[in-house]
Amino acid sequence: MSNVVLSARGMTKNFGGLVAVDNLDFEIIHGAIASIIGPNGAGKTTFFNCVTGFYPIDDGELIFEGHDINGWSSDHIARAGIARTYQNIRLFNHMTVIENIMVGQEAHLRSTWMGAILGTAGTKRENRESEEEARQLLQFVGLQGKGDLIADNLSYGDQRRLEIARALATRPHLLLLDEPTAGMNPRETAETTAFIRRLRDDLDITLMLIEHDMRVVMGISEHITVLDHGRKIAEGPPKEIQNNPDVIEAYLGRGAAGSTSA
Amino acid sequence: MSTLAANWRSVIRSGLIAGGVALYTALIGMLVAFDEREVVRNSFTLGQLLLVAPAVLVGWLSGRQSTQVPAGQRLLRGLVAGLVTSLPLLALMFVSSVVNLRTVLINVDRDLVRLISFDHGVGLSGALMLAGALGVSGILGAFVHLIPARLRHALLTALAWMLGAGILGELVRQLLSQFLDREALSWFLRRDTLKPEPAALLFVVVLLADLFWSWFRETRGRREGPAPRALQFTRVGGLAVLLLLLPLLVGSAISDVLTNIGLYILMGLGLNIAVGLAGLFDLGYVTNFAVGAYTMGVLTSTGVLGIENKMGVTVFNFWLVLPVSLLVAMFTGFILALPVLRMRGDYLAIATLGFGEIIRLLALSDWLKPIIGGAQGVLFIPAPNFFGVELIGPQRLYYIILGACLLAVFVSSRLNNSRTGRQWMAIREDEDVASAMGINTARSKLLAFTISAATGGVAGAIFAAKLGTIFPTSFNLLVSVNVLSLIIIGGLGSLPGIIVGALFLVGLPELLREFDEFRLLLYGTLMVTMMLARPEGLWPSAVYQREVRRGEERAPPQAGEQAA
Amino acid sequence: MTQTRTVSRNKLFGIPLPAGHTGVDLIISALRIIIVALIIIGAGNTLLEGRFTFEQWLALLFAGLAQGSIYALIALGYTLVYGILRMINFAHGDVFMAGAFTTVFLANSFRQSGFLDSQPLLAILILMGFAALVSMTVAVLLERIAYRPLRNAPRLVPLITAIGASFFIQYTFRGLFGSGFKAYPTVAFLRGTFSVGSINVPIAQLFVFVSAIVLMICLYWLVERTRIGKAMRSVSEDKEVATLMGVNIDLIIVFTFAIGGALAGAAGVINGLFRPQGVNFFMGFFPGIKAFTAAVLGGIGNIPGAMLGGMFLGVIEAIGPNLVLNGLGIPSANQLKDVIAFTMLVLVLIFRPQGILGERLSAEKA
Repeated sequence: MSNVVLSARGMTKNFGGLVAVDNLDFEIIHGAIASIIGPNGAGKTTFFNCVTGFYPIDDGELIFEGHDINGWSSDHIARAGIARTYQNIRLFNHMTVIENIMVGQEAHLRSTWMGAILGTAGTKRENRESEEEARQLLQFVGLQGKGDLIADNLSYGDQRRLEIARALATRPHLLLLDEPTAGMNPRETAETTAFIRRLRDDLDITLMLIEHDMRVVMGISEHITVLDHGRKIAEGPPKEIQNNPDVIEAYLGRGAAGSTSA
Repeated sequence: MSTLAANWRSVIRSGLIAGGVALYTALIGMLVAFDEREVVRNSFTLGQLLLVAPAVLVGWLSGRQSTQVPAGQRLLRGLVAGLVTSLPLLALMFVSSVVNLRTVLINVDRDLVRLISFDHGVGLSGALMLAGALGVSGILGAFVHLIPARLRHALLTALAWMLGAGILGELVRQLLSQFLDREALSWFLRRDTLKPEPAALLFVVVLLADLFWSWFRETRGRREGPAPRALQFTRVGGLAVLLLLLPLLVGSAISDVLTNIGLYILMGLGLNIAVGLAGLFDLGYVTNFAVGAYTMGVLTSTGVLGIENKMGVTVFNFWLVLPVSLLVAMFTGFILALPVLRMRGDYLAIATLGFGEIIRLLALSDWLKPIIGGAQGVLFIPAPNFFGVELIGPQRLYYIILGACLLAVFVSSRLNNSRTGRQWMAIREDEDVASAMGINTARSKLLAFTISAATGGVAGAIFAAKLGTIFPTSFNLLVSVNVLSLIIIGGLGSLPGIIVGALFLVGLPELLREFDEFRLLLYGTLMVTMMLARPEGLWPSAVYQREVRRGEERAPPQAGEQAA
Repeated sequence: MTQTRTVSRNKLFGIPLPAGHTGVDLIISALRIIIVALIIIGAGNTLLEGRFTFEQWLALLFAGLAQGSIYALIALGYTLVYGILRMINFAHGDVFMAGAFTTVFLANSFRQSGFLDSQPLLAILILMGFAALVSMTVAVLLERIAYRPLRNAPRLVPLITAIGASFFIQYTFRGLFGSGFKAYPTVAFLRGTFSVGSINVPIAQLFVFVSAIVLMICLYWLVERTRIGKAMRSVSEDKEVATLMGVNIDLIIVFTFAIGGALAGAAGVINGLFRPQGVNFFMGFFPGIKAFTAAVLGGIGNIPGAMLGGMFLGVIEAIGPNLVLNGLGIPSANQLKDVIAFTMLVLVLIFRPQGILGERLSAEKA
């Protein structure tokens, strides 16, 4: 078995007349950090939505660790090992931090509702253990001591961390981060970049990012895929992408160049 | 100067709004209906109380807005507000004397005119009486602000007790009759009406007690902090003893009310699992109630439709069928939930409403008549039998319902504090994300629907055994709406809220017969005003409070609030 | 923290399903097959037995179209409000009731004074105008008092409010006018029939159909051709952009409620002349639900859809019991007319929530 974690072949997704993802071929190998970039509306988030089962794809195939996951429901895919975060943070805002993480653990909890009603020893033990694990995760993402706060009351940066912690609680093999540094100042961005590396190095998770900040993209990723209008226009290591004329035209040449240092 | 004018304008405007409310209560017949009930014998009626209430309220509001203004002016504002309140009613009085409005507006009759003119009839004296009464009420409302805080609290508490005892005269009678003989009782009440002397006595006693209590608290100082464990045990134990002895204390008539409240609490607990915990807006809860009731009816009836007569099976009794009803309701709940799992919010509400109506129409139809009796219903359902004791009558049925409620409370709180509860909460907050985190949302929702249905089925089964007969008309949309309103008004997701809601929405109209006609009007009004003013309900659960009050800053409780 | 795991398939009663399918999908497909089969068997039986003549079917069709056009008029109110606010105005059936119930008194006084018989068309126009005014007032007050403060509240809050408002309106009118049933006067010229080929069509049905069509054309003109109609459409497309373009959102919303209310009020009078009996405070509930079904059927938010959905539902309701239920051997099938309507409602919500003409909702999720 090769060490390809996720591969897409000829993947296509339409919305009515609009082709959001067009005949896309894509591969990511185990332990990689890969980025997807492209102008707004290029189909990046749609790609994420398809991979996590929020939309079924219209054509092509989507293989994750040897399983064709096209048509699987979101929860099924999450249990298979793909987790994600959202561009506009989507926490369970009125639940506590700990509860948010414990929802992330759903994929591998075993206790049943009957057990809950009867208050069986197994249920109690599992509950204790999962809370313990959640506290460890809080420690790992640097939110220790904030477990009993309401998610809505966290600072913006902490909410981003919590969202990652919640995704980690599913014990993913592949983690999709949708603009993890959006809205952060340079110091926070640097911290987050280091943190993302730790996820791969310490936890052996394969990572895929959508990111607009070129410094992050160029600094962190080993492989970059560029989308425009749903089509892949380039891919390769950062150095190549930086000098690719198509990319410069589609992306940097549109006056957006000012915001990047590439 | 302009702020002064604006102030007066707002006084007049709120007076007109209050006048509109007063006119409304007159036109829909509430005033006259409530006039039937005397609060204190030969003194005043509930109708009169309702007539002056808007004026008192608006006087109170007008006096409140102006703290720097001298006392005389505040009273004047109250007076003006009260007088303005009387204008729409005055207009009604004169129009009705010229035109016969009664052909269209059925409540504008002689009784109404007599009531609003305080027996003086149409004319100058009647008009003066009305305007005067409302004006004085306005002044009284404004005057409340001028009383020192401690005395004000005592006075208002005493007034509330007196009016409460007067309005709920029937309840007072039932309670007292457990302890007093006829003669002693007749000193307090005549029929169901409080006499003036005991009313005054009650007022004075509560007044003094309240004053003493606030003085006592002040001198002793407050000892806050967590109650000691022993005290908690005493409280729980006390509550348990009270719940067990309640039907013996209050007598049969009130026990009957209690069993009705209990059934609604039971249904409320069930519906709360779907609506409150899992966020599934179910408007067809009556389906489960009907399924439970018909199962009990068909399996235990000794009439022609009963299985006993049809197939000669005689093993079924209440206790055996109760779990069967539960299972059947669970099963139908499960089946009906399957197709609606993908729906959200308002679509789900409408679809479940559709189910409820379909079930009712099927129960009424000739098609199923051979099985469930059509419009004639199922008759001769025996009362439950407990080791040879027939549990007939509300004082005994009470215990079955109490048991079922306790079980429902136990199950829903256990579930809510478990993994399952977390799944429901997550689905309620953001279903897409919940699914992306690995929750099988379909399964969680099915579970919520099924357990919710089971509880409704048990309520239906007990209902059937309680009444002995069931008709399709008992299973209409109003049951669903009643249950829904009580959990919404009590506070979604909150167990104490359900109990408060049921006591208030089911108990009160049963004790106040005049109220019954306006019960759904009250529900509607409460649901709208609740959503506008206090969407988390009367006794909210902590989570809902967070959800509904998002974005509003939480002001620290002010010390003065306690005193006021 | 990572570990290997086996990927488990979804199960239904312990039986693994093909990957990617959930039990719910399977059951819904099964349900679809059962329903289609039942319809085919029922309809086939009825037709083979030849229980009804072609003329009888046509008569049912016309009756259905007449009833359906009343549903369509009410459905427009749901659709207009949904298009702009994305909320179901649950109390809209009661807005219809308000106009119909209030106008019954005026109609009867017209009858007594002889005005209704001497100038029937003028009288009917005045009645419709009056009912429209009453319903419009109720609808606008409803928006102003109950819905406007909740425009940004979580989605269930306005729904609860609407349910509460529905009961409030019903029981207010019960208090005002009493709980007894009233009846509209019968108008002489509506009593006759005219014949098309071999069948006789009641003039009342034609009257209902034509007046509904006229009202719908007026509405269509209003929405498509006038300034305020354009503003309405722009608000329903995108509120923020509309605000930026200088559209007064509050005004448009009030206007939408007013139009929806007016149509419902007019429908109340048309309904009363078509079917004089049964006017009371609860009369809005069933037409309300059915009109909502019609609106969903046509694709909620879609104006031609509501018209089509209403007609469609009316026809199904008229023909369905005789065609399908009869064929399935269910006695007194017409008793179950409302069951057909409610079943339609549930089925549409299950299988095609975007409606016949609607594509928009599903795209909106993206």
